[in-house]
Amino acid sequence: MNQEEQVKLMGLWGSPFSKRVEMALKLKGIPYEYIEEDVYGNKSPMLLKYNPVHKKVPVLIHNGRSIAESLVIVEYIEDTWKTSHTILPQDPYERAMARFWAKYVDDKVMLAVRKACWGPESEREKEVKEAYECLKCLEKELGDKLFFGGETIGFVDIAADFIGYWLGIFQEASGVTIMTAEEFPKLQRWSEDFVGNDFIKEVLPPKEKLVAVLKAMFGSVTSN
Amino acid sequence: MAEEIILLDYWASMFGMRTRIALEEKGVKYEYREEDLSNKSPLLLEMNPIHKKIPVLIHKGKPICESIIQVQYIDELWPDSNPILPSDPYQRAQARFWADYIDKKTYVPCKALWSETGEKQEAAKMEFIEVLKTLDSELGDKSFFGGNKFGLVDIAFIGFYSWFRTYEEVANLTIVAKFPKLISWAQRCLKRESVAKALPDSDKVLKSVSDHRKIVLGIDEFHV
Repeated sequence: MNQEEQVKLMGLWGSPFSKRVEMALKLKGIPYEYIEEDVYGNKSPMLLKYNPVHKKVPVLIHNGRSIAESLVIVEYIEDTWKTSHTILPQDPYERAMARFWAKYVDDKVMLAVRKACWGPESEREKEVKEAYECLKCLEKELGDKLFFGGETIGFVDIAADFIGYWLGIFQEASGVTIMTAEEFPKLQRWSEDFVGNDFIKEVLPPKEKLVAVLKAMFGSVTSN
Repeated sequence: MAEEIILLDYWASMFGMRTRIALEEKGVKYEYREEDLSNKSPLLLEMNPIHKKIPVLIHKGKPICESIIQVQYIDELWPDSNPILPSDPYQRAQARFWADYIDKKTYVPCKALWSETGEKQEAAKMEFIEVLKTLDSELGDKSFFGGNKFGLVDIAFIGFYSWFRTYEEVANLTIVAKFPKLISWAQRCLKRESVAKALPDSDKVLKSVSDHRKIVLGIDEFHV
């Protein structure tokens, strides 16, 4: 493969957004060069060149051109590499549903969980309730399916990677509990299957390192 | 062939306008139903229980929510007439990126522009000006955001044009004088029947907002 065709991914080791792209690339069997970006420290000239609008990761560079925003990148990967693992359904209605739930995870769920775990104490109860309700919607949507995408990992599963892996870690690091196995048996079972998948587990960041970084960034909100 | 399409919408919604434009572009017949946002219909609450917002597209009894998702759905169902997304994966990714940018960056400030006063409104003004500068730069000397053809990003943003007069009057923003390229672009879009039909009269939007501000905020913008 010549230099132009090579796939590069600018990412952040602990970011669920960054990992969504790695998961899609792994599931599709696409080789790539990973470039770690010091997003919180010193943004590289390369990042500023390839994502001038948001200056964030992940950024995919393919054929010398860049694509930003994790879910846009995942759709690009799906459009570009037609392999046996399809990420989005063929049927337009099913595709619309997949896009809807992925957006729901992005716009509502992740924000609600972040606020619940790391927001001010005065808002804690209200934010935890909000996050709990959001997760209940996902529990209902998952139903008895193996994955949100059906038999195989799909667009919504990738979008919900945060719930599959990071949520438990957020809960541990912050001392705030939103999702328990008793209250969310389906999501619990799904997250175990999700992180147990060979392609997914290959890219997940180490738990202890994440807990340490989160505690340092936000502090533990309940007594140690 | 009766496709049985119902659109639950609000006449002044720049998001609803997107879906109306897409349906017109494809020449698809549909039933438009105006929603009273202060008294949402049982159908709206049933079809969009998660967000309870318009627009909601109902096709053969099944709901599709979120305007950009609706536009893509419509494009996928009727791919041959007036394609909205480009066929090239990279161009598609760029279209999705900019539609996402518009959604992420306009939703909060645009609401504050017409419903707030003082500092909150000032902050929203700064944010919206940045968006206009970025979009102006991205448009450049192209006829449309995607190049020569009218497409997704044009559909995503054109509805806001019907609100420009309102923002100028109510938030004391200078748009027409400062962004001539965007205004030319808007006029170009308005030459399309789908856009001309979908966009309400700017003065009607201004009157509606002014009346609202008089009642809710006690501000009379046009005191004699």
